[in-house]
Amino acid sequence: MSIIEVANLTKTYGKARGIVDVSVNVEAGEIFGFIGPNGAGKSTTIRLLLSLIHPTSGSARIFGKDVVTHGPQIRRDIGYLPSEVYYYEGMKVRDLLKYSASFFEGDFTQRIQELSAIMELDMNRRISDLSYGNRKKVGIVQGLLHGPKLLFLDEPTSGLDPLMQHKFFDLMRQEHARGVTIFFSSHILGEVQRLCNRVGIIREGRLVEISDIRTLQQNNYKKVRVTADSLPPAAFNLPGVTNVQTDNSTLSFFFKGDINAVLQKMSVLQLADVTIEEPTLEEIFMHYYE
Amino acid sequence: MNANIYRHEFRARLTSVLTWSLAVALLVVLFFSLFSVFANQAALMNQFLARYPPAMRAALGLGNMDLSTVLGFYSFIFLFVQLCLAIQAANYGFGLVSIEEAELTADFLLTKPVSRAQVLTSKLLAALSSLTVTNLVVWVSSFVAIGLFRDQHDYEPGTLILLLLSIGIFQVSFLSLGLVISLLVKRVRSVTPYALGLGFGAYVLSAFNGVFGEIGLELVTPFKHLDAAYIIKHAGYNTPLLLLNLAVSLAALAAGYWLYSRRDIAAVS
Repeated sequence: MSIIEVANLTKTYGKARGIVDVSVNVEAGEIFGFIGPNGAGKSTTIRLLLSLIHPTSGSARIFGKDVVTHGPQIRRDIGYLPSEVYYYEGMKVRDLLKYSASFFEGDFTQRIQELSAIMELDMNRRISDLSYGNRKKVGIVQGLLHGPKLLFLDEPTSGLDPLMQHKFFDLMRQEHARGVTIFFSSHILGEVQRLCNRVGIIREGRLVEISDIRTLQQNNYKKVRVTADSLPPAAFNLPGVTNVQTDNSTLSFFFKGDINAVLQKMSVLQLADVTIEEPTLEEIFMHYYE
Repeated sequence: MNANIYRHEFRARLTSVLTWSLAVALLVVLFFSLFSVFANQAALMNQFLARYPPAMRAALGLGNMDLSTVLGFYSFIFLFVQLCLAIQAANYGFGLVSIEEAELTADFLLTKPVSRAQVLTSKLLAALSSLTVTNLVVWVSSFVAIGLFRDQHDYEPGTLILLLLSIGIFQVSFLSLGLVISLLVKRVRSVTPYALGLGFGAYVLSAFNGVFGEIGLELVTPFKHLDAAYIIKHAGYNTPLLLLNLAVSLAALAAGYWLYSRRDIAAVS
């Protein structure tokens, strides 16, 4: 069953673009990654699904219900972690979480305790005294405390240190094991690859590709940069090498294929320096989606 | 209506309500304590006022007031009470939904399983309760001040009650006007300038109306819809203007619900 059904969803702000003609389905129990550079329309899409903003055209359904007309009903089973976390500054963390829980039926005191313990969150502090990372933790607890069936995560790891990111991903895997569907937006390809089954790639408001994470990994490009005193321009004349750029004694290119082929070429050269890294998402977009 | 939102909203405004209430109570009591001086020097006072240019008297709202009577003097004070109440109510109206958007907490509230209409109703009722606290403080301080300082001058309590009953209607009109204006502009960054603008603006229009004579300004300002001098003089409301006031408030509230249910909550930019 599709938990989220988005059909030709378009949002424009006056003349400014929001998103254009986005269609995507997310199945029950899936972790769907939504990636794209900043300003591509990730948050706009999530805000439309939460009916914080209203579509210009097209429609979106969650749990089979239209988001515009059945918002309150749908939101009973939704957890949302915004990219920038803002809460009532004067409140204590404990009171904020209680206020949040009060909108849902049931007693969530124990769950709040559990989650705060996992995220190492001090509930007696005031929101105004919290650092960015700690606010993010409040956001995580707040988004999960009522046991939602569908989670919207908008750039969830920004501001969390690596240890907390790790705990957060563990928490997400636990939720996933409970059968929770997760809609995960990010501009970091690596973290999406760690967690998601399927990804949608959004660029300049348009969904340019929806692919299985395995397919994406087969298309795994590496960015290679070598520095050497004398470097023949054709040193890396291999199938799979693209976008070769030379800058003084530095040669850089993108490579797709068996990495051993590149390493063999390198082994016969006298190199001063070498880096092999994942291209940033922006670079992938720039070179492969234009 | 959602009891949690109501409680949260009412609590958030508590300090503000107590501050305004105290200020208005002090204004009424301290100002009215001067009554005996005015009353005993009535002849002198009226002579003195007669020397003011008529336009000046009209601007101060002294045009048809007799400062030597209890209610005449009280209605003079009441104008300043109204000014305070207007700014307070406008402040709550402008801030009702815009503060959440400016401080970006609207995302938190509106992703909860409540409808926009429920949110607005809860917020409106909380604001009305807050304003009612101040309203009651005006009632109590007025009766206390008059009881303490009327100095054996008689007055008609029925008329005073009629005047005090106008407070609630007056507050609702500024609350609903503030709300609808805040929803018509794209983003309210700071509430106070808007509230002062609306409160003082309406007051100045009412004062100008006195200066320039009948030029129709009484139609646009709640200060004229619920004019203290008129209510005291006629021991009743100006019915057409009262109905106009109620109609405008109702229309503003209806427009507020309509606009809020369709409003796009802007993300952090």
